[in-house]
Parts: sequence; C-alpha cells; structure tokens
Amino acid sequence: MKFTASITIMPLKALLDPQGKAVTSSMKNLGLPEIDNVRIGKHVTLELESGNRDEASKKVDEACKKLLANPIMEYYEFQLEEVK
Amino acid sequence: MKFGVVVFPGSNCDRDMQHVLQNVMGQKTVMLWHKDHDLQGCDFIVLPGGFSYGDYLRSGAIARFSPIMQEVMEFADKGGFVMGICNGFQILTEATLLPGALLHNDSRKFICKNTYLRCETDESLLTSKMRVGQVIKVPIAHGEGKFFADEATIQSIEKNDQVLFRYCDVSGNTGDAFNPNGATNHIAGVCNSQRNVFGMMPHPERASEGILSNTDGRIIFESILNMAEVRIRN
Repeated sequence: MKFTASITIMPLKALLDPQGKAVTSSMKNLGLPEIDNVRIGKHVTLELESGNRDEASKKVDEACKKLLANPIMEYYEFQLEEVK
Repeated sequence: MKFGVVVFPGSNCDRDMQHVLQNVMGQKTVMLWHKDHDLQGCDFIVLPGGFSYGDYLRSGAIARFSPIMQEVMEFADKGGFVMGICNGFQILTEATLLPGALLHNDSRKFICKNTYLRCETDESLLTSKMRVGQVIKVPIAHGEGKFFADEATIQSIEKNDQVLFRYCDVSGNTGDAFNPNGATNHIAGVCNSQRNVFGMMPHPERASEGILSNTDGRIIFESILNMAEVRIRN
C-alpha cells in the first residue's frame, strides 16, 4: 500500500517566533491590522510504501521524531492518506 | 595531541580551525571527511563552523546523520573530547551530545561582530587556563545562535557548572543589551555533564593571531593543550 503523509511542524507555542513576529508587523503596514499572532512553521509532504496504515503512521512518526522536528523547539502533527 | 577537524559539505571554518591548530598551536591536525568512518586515532575532534547541508531543515539537523557522526558519537560516549564551534555546536545539540537547541536570533538578523564573553568556570578543558569572571573578546557570526532549553534543563546546566561562557560587556556585566541573540541566561557556550563535549557559538579560531588584531581566543586552545598535558603527565 502506498501512502502520502502531510506533516506540519510548528515552533512550540511558548517560544518566540521572530519570523512570525516580523510578518505580523508587516500585516499592519499593509492595512490588515486585524491580523495578529502569525506563526510560521514548515509543511512537509512525503510518500511511503507500507503494509498497513498503522505501520505507515509509525514510520512517519519516527521520521518526525528523529529528523523532521526537534522536540526542544517544535511540535508536529500529520495526516496520512492512502494513494489508490 | 592529535586533532581531527570534520569537514561536512558546507563547512566553511574548517580550514581556519586547521590553520590555528596546526600553524598557530603547532599540533598535528588531520581533516576528517564526513563520509568516512575513521577518526584516525585523533585525541580531540572539532566540528567546525559553517552551513553544513545548507542549513536545510534546521541548522545541524542533517549533518548529525552524516556517516562520521556515528563514530564521533561513540567516541564522545567513551569520554573522547569533542568541540563544536557555531554550526558545530548546532550539530552537537541536534545529536543530543549537548543539551538544548540553537534557535533563530531574536532580531532575525544574521549577526557578525565581536562579542565579549565571561568565563563561568575554570573546571573545563576549554577554560582551564582562564579564571572565572575573565572577559575575552571573540567574534560571532550566526543567524541561529540563541541558546534555548526548557527550564528544568537550564536549571540542571547551571547547577552542574556546565555553562562555559556568557555574553557580557567589556567589564563582564551581563544584560540584554550585551546578549546578541536572546540566548537564555546569556549562554554562549556549554559542556555536557561528563565534561568531555563542548559547544560555543563564538569563533575562537578567528581571534587567535596578532595579524587579526585579536588573540583573545587563543587562551581556549592553550587551555585545551594545558589540561590535556596535565592529564597525560598524571
């Protein structure tokens, strides 16, 4: 079975996100002062072959834990979809 | 003493480090290619500054899985000396050989300038010839150098005397105005709890020769040689 994973990695909520902060202030400059608290992370997509959904989920989780996200500064979540 | 400087794709301070170790400090120094699996009998491994793997994903995140890092991690686990400067520090935190992580500077700017560092402990290989409170001027050059760890980790680092240097002013006072990147507790360099792995964001290899008008960084290399000699004598 072939799966695609769609992974979102975000800076931990407690951490300052200087990139998001800079973008938030530019929202005001372009006339959208209603927009606040912009936070910027990463979006990763990948494909994998796996016997079943559980196994695929475990593999993606491992990839996130070991490489794609650093738990000291980031959290992640992902969605798996089977490619038919 | 035999030093090994690891070369990752994108390292750019590797030759400066080799020059200082070899030509300024007179030590045998070899370059270790990241794809190799052999530390060539080195006594001390340096992970140099630069932009390994273009800083893709996160600084140091991909370099940490380079083939040679397996040997570096085993070497460190057995008590071998490993030092990371700048990107090397980032790699060592990603490899969990050192606590914490290096985040984007608060200002979001890449900062390249001289900083003052206050020595926080003389109980380390890197600072064995320094006195606590001594101030040296060493340049930084990074965009992601804000040392961060959760509160419990910071407490344990502080309690175990693992902070090597803090950013300060010329007289040794710490404060937000002298903290270039927003580092927690103004931390510029740390060691692990076993005190054999070291990381610092500033570049002592850029401040070790008179021709560069700054020799303050040299005391770090002198400290390494000093304490290593004491160990060999005993």
